[in-house]
Amino acid sequence: MLAVLLTGGHEVRAAGEAPHIERQDWSFAGMFGFYDRGSLQRGYKVYKEVCAACHGLDHAHYRNLSEPGGPEFSKAAVKYLASQYEVRDGPDSEGQMYQRKGRPSDRFVPPYQNEQEARAANSGAWPPDLSLIAKARSIHEETAWYKAPLKILMDIARGYQEGGADYLYALLTGYQDAPEKMSMAEGMTYNKAFPGYQIAMPNPLAEGAVEYTDGTPETVENYARDVTEFLMWVAEPKLEERKRLGFRVLVYLLMLSGLLYFAKKLVWRDLGH
Amino acid sequence: MSHPSTYEPSNGFSKWLDRRLPVLRLMHGQFIEFPTPRNLNYLWTFGGILSFCLVVQLITGIVLAMHYVPSGDQAFSSIEHIMRDVNWGWLMRYSHAVGGSMFFLAAYIHIARGLYYGSYKDPREILWILGVLIFLLMMAIAFMGYSLPWGQMSFWAVTVITNLFSSFDTIIPGVGSAIVRWIWGGYSVSETTLNRLFSLHYLLPFILVGVVGLHIWALHVVGNNNPTGVEIQSDSDSVPFHPYITMKDAFAMSLFWMIFAWLIFFAPNYLGHSDNYIEANPLQTPPHIVPEWYFLPQYAILRAIPSKLLGVIAMFASILVLFFVSWLDTSKVRSTKYRPIYKWFFWLFIFTCIALGYLGAKPAEGVYLFYARIFTAYYFIHFLVVMPLIGVIERPKPLPNSITEDVLGKGSSPSGGAGKPEAAPAAPENR
Ligand code: HEC
Ligand code: HEM
Repeated sequence: MLAVLLTGGHEVRAAGEAPHIERQDWSFAGMFGFYDRGSLQRGYKVYKEVCAACHGLDHAHYRNLSEPGGPEFSKAAVKYLASQYEVRDGPDSEGQMYQRKGRPSDRFVPPYQNEQEARAANSGAWPPDLSLIAKARSIHEETAWYKAPLKILMDIARGYQEGGADYLYALLTGYQDAPEKMSMAEGMTYNKAFPGYQIAMPNPLAEGAVEYTDGTPETVENYARDVTEFLMWVAEPKLEERKRLGFRVLVYLLMLSGLLYFAKKLVWRDLGH
Repeated sequence: MSHPSTYEPSNGFSKWLDRRLPVLRLMHGQFIEFPTPRNLNYLWTFGGILSFCLVVQLITGIVLAMHYVPSGDQAFSSIEHIMRDVNWGWLMRYSHAVGGSMFFLAAYIHIARGLYYGSYKDPREILWILGVLIFLLMMAIAFMGYSLPWGQMSFWAVTVITNLFSSFDTIIPGVGSAIVRWIWGGYSVSETTLNRLFSLHYLLPFILVGVVGLHIWALHVVGNNNPTGVEIQSDSDSVPFHPYITMKDAFAMSLFWMIFAWLIFFAPNYLGHSDNYIEANPLQTPPHIVPEWYFLPQYAILRAIPSKLLGVIAMFASILVLFFVSWLDTSKVRSTKYRPIYKWFFWLFIFTCIALGYLGAKPAEGVYLFYARIFTAYYFIHFLVVMPLIGVIERPKPLPNSITEDVLGKGSSPSGGAGKPEAAPAAPENR
């Protein structure tokens, strides 16, 4: 427990071998990838009603929620939503700090003032900020040395960037009863995707805990998928813009290469090469 | 290569300028007329590609520096600010990050090309040495640049690499740690360190530009090598740089852009490490500290040696040995194409470099360590034993009499106009 207190449980992480994690199909993967609006909106709801109790989103602003390429809530909805938070501002003309209602231009209000408060509330463990978590994790796949170069080239050719999302999904659906022979440290829960298998975060998702109004079944798997998709968007809000531009750039370069190829051939024609 | 100028100033201004500063004449001579071997293959397009990479890094880097904040608690979030709120900031940042990788990819191909075709041999020693200097500068710049996002990998890579200097303590106690404190500007890696790394990351590329200028100057004094390694002897061996080489370079560059664009737009983080999206935390060491892919071979060599000091020396030696290849290679012919024995060793060397890269990403223990030692040994044996020895004992295959003969086959007159382009401006009578 002391170790957990001092290191936020990461000692445990370093000690274990990386568990095997399955790749998932994501709408935002690949060349034509895009976020599924419905999934982002449901994912936001899961984040707000469950995860936000312990995890902040430091790099995100409320206004992002109405920007193109995200959940695309209406501006009015975001204004209302931000106004439900209390934000500390100031100093005013008297030099006093004061509380005011949140605005869309504010950053997401964190659940705790600082790391110390967060640790105190979570029996020593520190719930990390989630705004970049979908890019700050990846999956580890063992490959034989002679297959490694091909695997790397295949991943690049496919544009594989979803390791973080694959891990988050596996983590959120990875809670199980601990195996008999394993002795769990106090306050830790067994999770088959977490390195070291003991995580200080209690299982956050339970069937039916968050109400879905669009008819999507309220299962742990769906919650995990949606909140993962949402966290991917928070980490990479320009993904759609990027992929759309990328497609145009590639088409342009393909045509350019074709033209240059023939131009080069034309220039070299007389040389008897 | 020196050749009489055919430059004709075409208007009043260029005539006026030509009498005062003949810079247009210079450009015309070096980038239009410049006689280039007609048989260059696509491996010769990487010099131009490298110049392009340098320009990309400069432009994107200067824009990034307008928004980046080199402070301990703002560096990481200023990068996120660039990614989210600066117009086209994500494009600038991803281009710069992927650009670093593409720069090294091109440089490694460029260097391998030089090694295969013996481009380092007389009279291109200085050209080659300037190239190695460029390579060293690139490594310094990339290392410093990687520290700037101030993520976990940035911080710990700086800590590990700067700490290497403390190994000098085993020679003179205290000196190593004093150097490390001097580099850090304190007793640990901190904001002070970050500031000086940023300052140097901005400065060194401009020095690099200067060295690249010298590199290209040296190239234009001695001229290009070519796949046969036989020098240009007559007009029919060469083509003017423009439009022949410019068009070929442009086509190759366009293909290179496609790979570059693929990575920027569809896999911008693939070559990076996910830990660098976690803000630097001096109290928490990541489970595996690994450098960027292009430093993995050197990292493998560093860790293959049990003694820290010797490891550091071996790592630097693996680069410095390149300075001497012009004299280590005793072969009479340049191109490996005509070297039946050395050919095998060349490819063994390439395999060694890739294997070291693979091992650099693995923990330094067990079989990984065993093989890292074997390949480290071969890396040095290749330069220090194989290169001098094979050159002496090998009997090279017969060389073509001229580049023209190599391209058009025997019987083509070496001095005549066979296949000579009509419109070639570079037709000096007195060569
Ligand atoms: C009761 C508080 C609490 C809630 C609610 C909670 N978490 Fe956590 N979370 C934690 C703590 C504590 C940790 C640190 C665990 C550790 O380091 O062992 C953590 C860690 C994590 C991690 C990092 C795991 C890693 O690889 O280091 C992720 C991702 C995460 N939580 C996602 C979520 C998501 C998504 C939700 C909402 C569905 C959520 N959490 C809800 C407390 C919470
Ligand atoms: C910033 C990085 C570099 C730039 C911009 C650059 C630029 C160039 C250019 C434009 C050429 C002529 C085109 C060609 O034939 O490829 C060239 C040739 C050459 N470069 Fe570089 N170079 C770089 C790095 C290096 C390195 C690291 C080395 C070797 C250690 C090197 C060694 C050579 C040699 C030997 C030649 C002449 C080769 C020949 O024509 O056969 N260069 N370089």
